[in-house]
Amino acid sequence: MIIIFALFLLSLLVITALAIVQTKNLFVAVMLTSIFSLLMAANFFILDAADVALTEAAVGAGITTVIFLSALALTTEREKAVQSAQRLTLVVVAVLATLIIYATFDKPRLGDPEAPVHQHLAPWYLEKTPEYMDFPNVVTAVLGSFRGYDTLGEVFVVFAACIGVLFILGVKPPGDRHYDPHASGLRHHLIPQVVGRLLIPFIVLFGLYVQFHGEYGPGGGFQAGALIASGVILYALLEGETAALRAVPRYVLMGLVIGGASLYGAVGLVCILLGGNFLEYSVLSSNPVSGQQLGILLIEAGVGMAVCGALLSIFHAFAARPMRV
Amino acid sequence: MDLTPHLPVLQVVVPLLSSPLLLLLRPRGLAWAGAAAVALLSFAIALNMALAVAAGIQFSYAVGGWEPPYGIALSVDAFSALILLIVTGAGAIAILAGKPSVDREIDAERQPLFYSAWILAMAGLTGIALSADAFNIFVFMEISSLASYVLIAGGPDRRALPAVFKYLIMGTIGATFYLIGVGLVYMMTGTLNLADMEARIGGVTDINPLLVAAGFITIGLALKAAVFPLHVWLPNAYTHAPHMITVFLAACATKVAIYVLLRFDFFVFQANLDRHDVQFSLFLMPLALLGILVASAVAMFEGHIKRLLAMSSVAQIGYIMLGASFITEAGLTASALHMFNHALAKGGLFLAIAGLACHYGDLRLARLAGAARSMPWTAAALVVCGFSLVGIPGTAGFVSKWLLLDAALDEGRFAAVLVGVILVSSLMALAYVWRIVETLYFKPAAQDVATPTGEAPLPLLLAAWLAAIANIGFGLFPQFPLELCSAAAELLLGHTL
Amino acid sequence: MNLLELLGYFNYWVFAIVLTVGLYTVIAKINLVKKLIGLSIFQSAVFLMYITMDKVEGGTAPIIQKGMENQVFSNPLPQVLILTAIVVGVSTLALGLAIVVRIFEAYGTIEEDEILDAD
Repeated sequence: MIIIFALFLLSLLVITALAIVQTKNLFVAVMLTSIFSLLMAANFFILDAADVALTEAAVGAGITTVIFLSALALTTEREKAVQSAQRLTLVVVAVLATLIIYATFDKPRLGDPEAPVHQHLAPWYLEKTPEYMDFPNVVTAVLGSFRGYDTLGEVFVVFAACIGVLFILGVKPPGDRHYDPHASGLRHHLIPQVVGRLLIPFIVLFGLYVQFHGEYGPGGGFQAGALIASGVILYALLEGETAALRAVPRYVLMGLVIGGASLYGAVGLVCILLGGNFLEYSVLSSNPVSGQQLGILLIEAGVGMAVCGALLSIFHAFAARPMRV
Repeated sequence: MDLTPHLPVLQVVVPLLSSPLLLLLRPRGLAWAGAAAVALLSFAIALNMALAVAAGIQFSYAVGGWEPPYGIALSVDAFSALILLIVTGAGAIAILAGKPSVDREIDAERQPLFYSAWILAMAGLTGIALSADAFNIFVFMEISSLASYVLIAGGPDRRALPAVFKYLIMGTIGATFYLIGVGLVYMMTGTLNLADMEARIGGVTDINPLLVAAGFITIGLALKAAVFPLHVWLPNAYTHAPHMITVFLAACATKVAIYVLLRFDFFVFQANLDRHDVQFSLFLMPLALLGILVASAVAMFEGHIKRLLAMSSVAQIGYIMLGASFITEAGLTASALHMFNHALAKGGLFLAIAGLACHYGDLRLARLAGAARSMPWTAAALVVCGFSLVGIPGTAGFVSKWLLLDAALDEGRFAAVLVGVILVSSLMALAYVWRIVETLYFKPAAQDVATPTGEAPLPLLLAAWLAAIANIGFGLFPQFPLELCSAAAELLLGHTL
Repeated sequence: MNLLELLGYFNYWVFAIVLTVGLYTVIAKINLVKKLIGLSIFQSAVFLMYITMDKVEGGTAPIIQKGMENQVFSNPLPQVLILTAIVVGVSTLALGLAIVVRIFEAYGTIEEDEILDAD
């Protein structure tokens, strides 16, 4: 039954993708992209990837859409209708598709437990996580400890995007733009106000839950950071930019970003000082298992802080920019 | 506490963790000082490791204490040591010497962000060079790419923005192709560690996905390395970027992508896929030859000095790929040495140009006429580095071109064609370098261009001369880089047996 | 061919189609925001390919509940890789959009051919 549903979702995915290419209205394209992300998230869930589904929904469907819409508000909504015939691209791309489909016929069949992918590394991770770390979520164990260096890199990718957006949008726009510092958001609309006010505390609470329960269920720093950022963004949309910046000022956001990234690195360096390798959490405590748990807790906190601060900084950089009236 | 075993990870962690802290250095000039200190420290670490590697020590490091393939491993061998030297050296010199140029182009308020991004780019590039895990390379590749996009977009020239957008699109497509390739290899072997892949790939029965994977990885990395014909993002990006960023990127960015390409290909694919070496040569050699000829030809007619040298870079990348496509020890040594020498030559050239740019606003060749009369030392440094680019005997460029010719002569039937292309393109290089020399020295100054009041600022002048002297020094005494490069070539080939 | 196998093939075909749709959008469209949307679709397709690899027949999400014996789990490693890749994708997108906003302010348009003509 679930497989029929999965096939249906995949077909919807293709239809949405084609619709996105076709449409000339960029606003519609962004909304369809959001739907596309949600369908992807559902698909991931069916394929047993719970953490990834949560991240795709929070980051892909949520934050990406907000950033796209902010950018559209600052530029323009319509795509130019005139298109020259793109025959060559179509041919190249069709050849590529055929090549990939041809290669799929040799791939291991879906779900085959004997496939090379499921030997070697995966059983080791599944076996050793209870032994070394003693908590249920294997994905968090791999993300936080076994491949913690990758996650460090990931935090710094987010950091790079944050400083990049601040740097690029740090230049004042040309003079014919106007910014209303007293813009009141959606305050004049009653229903979003009421519903939003109810939702925001729960969103933030859920974000904190996801942060601290990342070891026991799907969740972790990235999802939590994105969720809490969404809560604050919702507040900004409802009450206006200035109110949001008063609630969570820019220097707090910068502090979160710098603090979060540095916390992660500091944990790694402390491990060196205590005699282990970089990011070897076992040395953090007399009991290696609690050392691992402590290490992962700290770095996930660092990740959550950094992601939340970075996403909010990026949002404010777009939202507070003067637009052409 | 002995930090020596931790050097590989410190090489990455020192710049990586300093980058957020640089943001806190708001007061004028402090961000520059912090960045310079970090860059020098990174260079010291790289030099330390390179000397150790030259003495025969190999570093390997298991991050998190988990042994590979369960955890991520770092490894330093001759090839990575070479790349680390190039990246950290270029970064250190560019940051130290570049303050006058950066102060002119980036406003003081944004400078902490700028230097933070620069150090982050350095961290990303060193992370790629050290990593022995395919996915980890992807992560650090994206760190360095994102930081580079930020840096290129920094200057006052608005044409940098469409240029960096094109670079972003092509770079992300390249990284995603690389990701697809890694995914396919992972699907067939079950591991992400390069050494482990090498061991397990022999046991794979269906090789079609692996061939497709090799294709995707090659094209993805070729996009990042600006191999002809995927080089279209490079000229505009280099031309309109802030001048010191051009120095840094021209010296090291594409070379790291070539490093990953060669490592992946020689370590993982060549050994284990039948006839893959033939496919590699057949595919890359013609592209390299075309790249060398077309790029050199376009450079001869370019009007803007930075774009001229950017096209020249595409040609030089062609030389590097040509040497690699021979798949002989001579070819690979020439290729690796050319990476080093090109970094020296182009770095020096762009340093001198940054010096010229401090007085001349417009860098089109016609407007730079007669510059040598007002800025003799800067122009002289430019000329020396230019000669190294061409390969005049006595300069570093000559050594690598000679090795390349030597390797080409071993290629049997194709030797004549290859030698011909190398000689013709060297003549073309002479032509465009001569154009620059002629304009700077022998043409009367343009009417409406203000005469500069003096030489380039001292730090830039000293750096340009340091590069010029290094070009001559390594031309007359190439032992150290040559040793590293032949060790690197041996390493790459050793895995095909 | 059982249903799971059909799903497997279907997954890969959808991956190939969405990949090429995304790539076509990036290359062929001249509106900069459309290109970025295409890039995002292109990257999502790659995520689908990786996650398709992780399913084991009869398996469940890799969260080991205490006290349950002999559970079959799906592979945790592709999930970790894709978590990272999603974040990388969103970061690239944010940076790309910031550049597009600046281009619009500098050139007054976000259609590539008009920008090329302006310089």
